[in-house]
Amino acid sequence: MTGSIATGEIILVVGGGISGMTAALEAAECGKKVVLVEKSPTLGGRTALLYRYFPKLCHPACGLEINLRRLKGNRNVRVLTLAQVTAISGARGDYTATVKVAPRYVNDNCTACGDCERAVQAEIPNPYNYGLDQMKAAYLPHAMAYPQRYVLDPSIAGTEDGERAKSACKYGAVDLDMKEDTLEIRAGAVIWATGWEPYDAAKIQPYGYGLYANVITSVEFERLADPHGPTGGKIVRPSDGKEAKNIAFIQCAGSRDENHLRHCSRICCMASLKQSQYVREAYGAEGRSTIYYIDIRAIDRFEDFYQKVLKDPGVQFIKSKVANIVQDGKTGDVILHGVDTEGYHRYANSHDLAVLAIGMQPSVAAADIPAEVIADSSGFIEGALAGSGVFGAGCATNALDVNRAVQSSTAAALRAIQVVNRVARAEEAS
Amino acid sequence: MSDMKTAAYLCTGCGIGERLSAAQLAKVAEREGKMHLVRQHAFLCSSGGVQLIRDDLEREGVTHLMIAACSRRAKTEAFHFPNTAMSRANLREGVIWSQPDTEEARETTQEMADDYVRMGCAEVKKMKLPAGNPDLGHARRLLVVGGGISGMTAALEASRAGYRALMVEKSGSLGGWAARLHKRTAFREPYTDPADTGVGEMIAALQSDPNIEIVLNASIAKTDGAPGRFKVEIAVESGSARTEDVGAIVQATGFSTYDAAKLPEFAYGKTPNVVDQAGLERLAREAGANPIRRPSDGGEVKSVVFVQCAGQRDDSGIHLPYCSGFCCATSIKQAMYFKDANPAVDTAVIYTDLRVPGNGEDFYRSAQSKGVTFTKGKVTGVEPGGNQCKVSFRDLILDEDTAISDVDLVVLATGQVPNSGVNIGDPEDAVADAEVKPISILNLSYRQGPDLPQLKYGFTDSHFICFPYETRRTGIYAAGPVRRPMDIAQATEDATGAALKGIQAMENAHAGRAAHPRSGDLSFPIVRLDGCTQCKRCTVECPFGAIDEDEKTYPVFNESRCRRCGTCMGACPVRVISFENYSVDTVGAQIKAVEVPDEFSEKPRILVLACENDAYPAIDMAGMQKNVYSAFVRVIPVRCLGSVNAIWITDALTCGYDGIMMMGCKHGDDYQCHFVKGSELASVRMSKIGDTLTQMSLETERVATYEVAITDMARVPRLIDEYAAVINKIGMSPLKGFA
Repeated sequence: MTGSIATGEIILVVGGGISGMTAALEAAECGKKVVLVEKSPTLGGRTALLYRYFPKLCHPACGLEINLRRLKGNRNVRVLTLAQVTAISGARGDYTATVKVAPRYVNDNCTACGDCERAVQAEIPNPYNYGLDQMKAAYLPHAMAYPQRYVLDPSIAGTEDGERAKSACKYGAVDLDMKEDTLEIRAGAVIWATGWEPYDAAKIQPYGYGLYANVITSVEFERLADPHGPTGGKIVRPSDGKEAKNIAFIQCAGSRDENHLRHCSRICCMASLKQSQYVREAYGAEGRSTIYYIDIRAIDRFEDFYQKVLKDPGVQFIKSKVANIVQDGKTGDVILHGVDTEGYHRYANSHDLAVLAIGMQPSVAAADIPAEVIADSSGFIEGALAGSGVFGAGCATNALDVNRAVQSSTAAALRAIQVVNRVARAEEAS
Repeated sequence: MSDMKTAAYLCTGCGIGERLSAAQLAKVAEREGKMHLVRQHAFLCSSGGVQLIRDDLEREGVTHLMIAACSRRAKTEAFHFPNTAMSRANLREGVIWSQPDTEEARETTQEMADDYVRMGCAEVKKMKLPAGNPDLGHARRLLVVGGGISGMTAALEASRAGYRALMVEKSGSLGGWAARLHKRTAFREPYTDPADTGVGEMIAALQSDPNIEIVLNASIAKTDGAPGRFKVEIAVESGSARTEDVGAIVQATGFSTYDAAKLPEFAYGKTPNVVDQAGLERLAREAGANPIRRPSDGGEVKSVVFVQCAGQRDDSGIHLPYCSGFCCATSIKQAMYFKDANPAVDTAVIYTDLRVPGNGEDFYRSAQSKGVTFTKGKVTGVEPGGNQCKVSFRDLILDEDTAISDVDLVVLATGQVPNSGVNIGDPEDAVADAEVKPISILNLSYRQGPDLPQLKYGFTDSHFICFPYETRRTGIYAAGPVRRPMDIAQATEDATGAALKGIQAMENAHAGRAAHPRSGDLSFPIVRLDGCTQCKRCTVECPFGAIDEDEKTYPVFNESRCRRCGTCMGACPVRVISFENYSVDTVGAQIKAVEVPDEFSEKPRILVLACENDAYPAIDMAGMQKNVYSAFVRVIPVRCLGSVNAIWITDALTCGYDGIMMMGCKHGDDYQCHFVKGSELASVRMSKIGDTLTQMSLETERVATYEVAITDMARVPRLIDEYAAVINKIGMSPLKGFA
């Protein structure tokens, strides 16, 4: 599958979010051959599910468009979606990765015309909106999805719905007989960029996530604010659809806590500051945000954004670790209890909606990576073993914001190039 | 061009054939588009369809392709024909998906499609295949300016990839600030104790690396050229000078500490017992294995107070407004110097927000378990008295003013100030008195100034969240604390990434292709100097400083500095600048190809010039979501709004268009234009077009500019329809039928 190029000169990148895409593109734009493996049906990862970035409040889709254009124009990168690396054997300069490719049930004849989606009846929870709404079981993940190709959920393979999709497709793109495939990919170096996932909020029992509809996580809140999200960009509460104008943001939800995540997740302070501005954008003077925090970690130039939000009369800061949350059965309001440590006042504050600034944990714990890396106590990749050609990148290595994740991935690309260049020199010499 | 053979391919799949008359489209391509070959296919992106095109390229000698099918953003794998000029008419997202499927709409929908076919044919005939210029310079050695951790990392990492590096360091030794540290903050498990800096080993590695040449006591006297062919004059303190060829540059000039003497309220300079963090490192190094003594009298240190954010996060406008990021962890480390030696020493860190992200939290925990006290407060003053000080502060928890007395040593966390050279964006820097004028670091001979443009507070950072290494001087990358405040761990990552970007810039120059964001683009600006009026607009407006001037002020293009945005083309009043495949003609021909109905038709024509990265995808995604908009618009994607030449506007108006919408990215402080100034320049240029409109006896509403984001797929159709309503109100253009 790797054609005529020397296999030890290929760089395998695992994970197609912004870190993996960056590592792949930066290496490819140095002239290297890359195989990019992504577990979901589309590239873009978690940043594609964000409405805006801090501190510029610009749109992640803009950078994704640029990266996709770079990718479309560069033949050095081969993309495999719905693919997972299950094993890596060999040594620096000569690895073999086993990649399991799940069936998409749609081949590359697909023109993304949408006929299958219209034909199919079954609906499934939409993972691209964190399950806040439903989507058809034949779907294009989102408007920026790449490859721009439909997917059939495995649940409808072998059902009438599957047949409906198949007969609706004029282009022979629906292939219900697709099976899981296993590929072997040889590569000189591996960049592991599997990113992060939100900490399971239900584990923070006093906050009642999962119990109370109006306690949601920060990643879910992104979807509420996004015009592509389940509410078309309306910030409303899940329990009754009422406009959520008075919102509590709870910092360190899972982070900086030895019972949960011992590390600080870095991004959550800035994320809540940013989200307070979504409330302001949606409701103007009526929008009120209260940020419950321990320390506001607006590091380096981000301080400017913090200062800007501090001046916003609609945003209040309370230095407190929230003790617990209950939802009023009648009004649907959430009531936060705790102690304001600046002056030690007890409070019981009522809000329309509570947003947990949820912590970041590695999607794949370092111990579960099918190659040896140095792990830290939070499961991030601390570094590469001496003599190894497997390098971490992005949020697989630490709790990072987008800018730092991209920086980390660019560095990882060079580390991988060092390996494959050595292979190339050795091959030239022999 | 006699050897041009054109072919048009009309796809009738995805409903195009049902909604539009393919026969009519074919007729347009043949008779009006004058395509040599016109073919229809029911499924053009299929392997059969693609093969049909390939066969024509091979057997029929087709050189120019016009594909009328889906958007240029779709099916790019199928429609990939390298070495062939290609245009795409967007009949799917741009026509049938954005128009209602009704009988009444049939005629205007067909007209829209006919026009896009006309435009695609007109465009491709004006396109030439970019040849690329592989003669741009092949130097593959990386210049690293600055020999601290960042610079040493960049040089070593480049060398490990097989590239040579030339390191120029201003001082007489390597290591920078890190070499002056006693220890560094914890950077790996278990994150409990200060760690060795490792600087000595790094210097040794550098010195023994045959790929790396080190020049100490030296500065850059002049930098000429472009990626792949920089010529750098290196001035050595001894008076000797040499010129070196390098392919790319990493600027790792680091930081200076903020001058604590500017903080008289903290008694710095009044007593030696108040030091900054760098001063404490010096004391710790001097003490070695012994306890740190009180500077004033060598007395025992029993109490130390660390003042966080000293002269930082300052909203008074006097000191640094930003947070330097590293100082909380540094104070924790320095408190441990005392606690590890003698747990009985009192160490208090007075802070407002303790900022130790990631596993820094474990380092913080470790300090707490070692007995370091953390107090949320704001220090208001330090009073020296004898050999001790009193530190007064506002306790933010108890909400009261209080003080710690009998403090032996006060450490001020003063933060980083970037060593970034001349701020070329600040006119005051340019005219400042020579004595206070900042010293240039790179001494670039560029038309636009001698150093990297600065973003904010002197940092030469990228403005883009997704692209931290985006630079406004191609092939020159800032790394380390000159780019953004940072600690050693981050500087190491940063410099590794910057080394990659340098390597990439050299490889790009070698191959004659563009750097990000138009990565791989082989087109480049071609200037017809015999028509040039030496007006200098292109040299002034180029966002990347790619164009110099010769002694007669003619523009001198440096292709490997160029990012192919076309801002120069947009700026040129005499239209002598173009790219092979994107020119005054390729767009002009599209504008003129549209069939403009007469003024009694009630069918206005609105030209939309849309940034191809944001506005165009937004319009595209509007189509994907079947968000309907006026059938009177004709959309042309442009590389950047900055590339829009005024002639396109006057051409369109003379042709009888009723209105022009220009859609570009947000500008201002939080600009989103990926060519930095493109959308802003366009907006400035268009603000001056009012006169032209008046001279043409046209209403000023006929040209409008909009800031559009890529997420505006619901807003864009609304903007279009509102604008169409405005045109409807002011009426059809009186200029129809004169062109």
